[in-house]
Amino acid sequence: MTRLARGVLLVGGVLSVVAGCGADGPGPEVCRDVRTGPPCTKLSGFGLFRRPEAQEPAEGVWPFEPNSALFSDYTLKYRFLYLPPGTQAQYSEDEGFALPEGTILAKTFAYPLDARRPTEGIRLLETRLLIHRPEGWVALPYVWDEAQQDAVLRPVGTTIDVSWIHTDGQRREINYVVPNTNQCKECHEDSRKVLGTIGVKARHLNRDYPYPWGSENQLAAWTRLGLLRGAPPPEAAPRLPVWDDPRTGSQEQRARAWLEINCAHCHSPTGSARTSGLDLLYAQQRGYDIGVCKPPVAAGRGSGGRRYNIVPGRPDESILVFRIESTVPDIMMPETGRRLPHTEGIALVRAWIESMPGTCP
Amino acid sequence: MRCFSLALVVLLLPLAGCEEEGVLRPGANDHETLQQALLAAQPGDVIQLGEGTFRLQRGLSLTVSRVTLRGRGPQATVLSFRGQTEGSQGLLVKADEFLLEDLGVEDTAGDAVKVEGGKGVTFRRVRVEWTRGPSPDNGAYGLYPVQCERVLIEDCAVSGASDAGIYVGQSDTIIVRRNRAERNVAGIEIENSKNADVHDNILTGNTGGILVFDLPGLQVKGGRHVRVYNNQVHDNNEDNFAPPGNIVGQVPRGTGMFVMANDHVEVFGNTLRNNRTVSLAVISYLVTGLPIEDPAYDPYPESIYIHDNTFEGGGDSPDPTRQLSLAIGIYLRPIPDVIYDGLVDPKKLREGRLPDELRLCIRNNRRIGGTFGFANIDAANLPSGMPRISRDLGPHDCAHPPLSAVSIPGVGP
Ligand code: HEC
Ligand code: HEC
Repeated sequence: MTRLARGVLLVGGVLSVVAGCGADGPGPEVCRDVRTGPPCTKLSGFGLFRRPEAQEPAEGVWPFEPNSALFSDYTLKYRFLYLPPGTQAQYSEDEGFALPEGTILAKTFAYPLDARRPTEGIRLLETRLLIHRPEGWVALPYVWDEAQQDAVLRPVGTTIDVSWIHTDGQRREINYVVPNTNQCKECHEDSRKVLGTIGVKARHLNRDYPYPWGSENQLAAWTRLGLLRGAPPPEAAPRLPVWDDPRTGSQEQRARAWLEINCAHCHSPTGSARTSGLDLLYAQQRGYDIGVCKPPVAAGRGSGGRRYNIVPGRPDESILVFRIESTVPDIMMPETGRRLPHTEGIALVRAWIESMPGTCP
Repeated sequence: MRCFSLALVVLLLPLAGCEEEGVLRPGANDHETLQQALLAAQPGDVIQLGEGTFRLQRGLSLTVSRVTLRGRGPQATVLSFRGQTEGSQGLLVKADEFLLEDLGVEDTAGDAVKVEGGKGVTFRRVRVEWTRGPSPDNGAYGLYPVQCERVLIEDCAVSGASDAGIYVGQSDTIIVRRNRAERNVAGIEIENSKNADVHDNILTGNTGGILVFDLPGLQVKGGRHVRVYNNQVHDNNEDNFAPPGNIVGQVPRGTGMFVMANDHVEVFGNTLRNNRTVSLAVISYLVTGLPIEDPAYDPYPESIYIHDNTFEGGGDSPDPTRQLSLAIGIYLRPIPDVIYDGLVDPKKLREGRLPDELRLCIRNNRRIGGTFGFANIDAANLPSGMPRISRDLGPHDCAHPPLSAVSIPGVGP
């Protein structure tokens, strides 16, 4: 997906572009240091991109991609990592990598005019930043202007009417929601109210990426480039399947991978849906905890009149399926971050439940 | 950090739509006005909302601690969420020392106000209403603190919730007093919580008045130490309109009060009148028929003390549409004032009976226009069709030491 970023990226470039914010453009841009200063009101102030409209990163800004991605209404996503000069990420087998102060993670959301030609006619909607500051991570949404020249900080988020031709050739129109900074926290914050990253984990990043110099495993590349310390060879690191690539795992494994990346940031023992007792982490082994024959807790009409989160063999009796198919605000899961159902992901989860042995009382 | 937040404030202020004295008023884009104020708030701030109706299509959220959101009165200032298209709540709060007072919240798609993980939560004179009346399409909870500490809910009114009007879940140190809950499925529900005082509330027209529940499968369980006193619980005979699948969907219409699986509950000084299935039932989670796959969970209600309550009418027309009516003795006509399912933890028996400190004690209750009635319906033998129903109060003629009052620092009587 991040093909746009190809070609221009320089290997081992000087990691200094980002540290200060440019003062070009109108208005007093006073964000000299991402660690302590106020945040740039314009995305260009960070100097993350050589050609923003094409999402071509500047030197020292590295594109990456997770094995399975969060579904966000079929948007294209471009993700980038910037580490301050001379610093490294610290590998962890299960947790998010420890990242130094001054780290910037960026994620841009975009639509192509026609999803059958996803590299052409791209409209950038928003770029989300996570910045590691001395007081912790901050989450900031920047909304792109019509001219696609720059994006402006909108802590309160916004909505944007978008339309595109979908892969089925049909036009889709939605009122796209750019989340506000509190909504970032609903997914990125844990029970101690600590904000953090989600996808920067070995099991998500352990995959090949089409770098300008050729395809290379991301963990290996980051290690070789001096961005990451402590990582074992990729074969020894955990890896989640790619949900829509049958070569990477069984149906069950892929369904569980889809559930982890779409749900587990809230549905884990420390996530914001911990109060429901439903734990959708890939590593969770207990059937009851992932919802098998588990009655709902506070679902309201989110139960859809069904008795258990998952009824083996019966997707149409499973609350979990009802909620991922819904687009009604208080029923749908995830609660935020989408307007449309993820048809392909739903089909996978349905097939997995269909094939599950057993019954509920 | 100061510099950083200042910049945010500066950014937000010109857009915040506030007029004289910093009072926010309804206008062209109420969501943006309110959400911006909530994002820009600093600890210690009071956000004032003027009179009128704020029209909101998207949910609001607050993550800054020590913030007060204050209207001009539960009828005068209204947050209307009719036609809400985004957000599972009207207002979602993840912050400590939160105070919401003097406003109305109407027609949210999901829960009206949810506070998650907050230490110090106060709702005062808040009105929550689903204006179309009872409907399974209404949101689940009205006022909904979960995994909170120090919760005060007073002088509020909630109606139309398709689960519980006032729902306190997985929380500790709770006072719920002088509220009115009407035409909800459950009026007040205290679930998986400890140290709660629920008193001087009026519960009427709900499916069930007050539920004190402990459920399996949750992070926080072991609900205990709950005092329910001086409440008026009458005419809770609304058909159960909860969406099926929810545990409250099991509550028969005409339920005054349920104590399920909780320990150390003291119920006293309440008036229970004309609740047509049952006035008060003490039951184990086992009677729900739901599976328990939680080794740490204790499904039995223990150390329950029911005394000095007044009963009138009720039990005369039990709801035949709920399975649970069976376990509370639908075949007894009328159903006596207090029902006990008689299920006890076999591991805890000594010489065939529960130790004194775990018993259900019932003393000094009275019935207007009759004698106080009780039945142990022996649910263990229900499946066999041969329950040995006992109306003998003898085994329950005992008293537990009174539970201590809940106190929240800074909160008077
Ligand atoms: C609905 C849940 C959700 C919301 C809301 C959300 N995120 Fe994320 N975010 C995710 C998930 C899941 C990932 C990892 C998977 C992926 O990138 O596809 C992620 C990844 C990211 C990344 C890449 C680094 C990482 O942690 O993996 C950034 C940067 C980011 N989000 C910023 C934000 C910001 C800023 C906001 C608010 C404006 C926000 N996010 C709101 C779920 C969410
Ligand atoms: C932004 C946080 C968030 C995300 C992401 C999220 N959920 Fe939830 N979910 C919640 C909350 C909060 C609850 C509890 C309240 C409720 O039931 O509405 C919940 C409840 C549920 C329940 C009912 C569980 C029970 O036992 O009561 C199911 C099923 C569910 N979610 C499925 C999912 C699935 C599947 C996904 C991913 C496709 C998902 N959720 C993603 C927040 C989230």
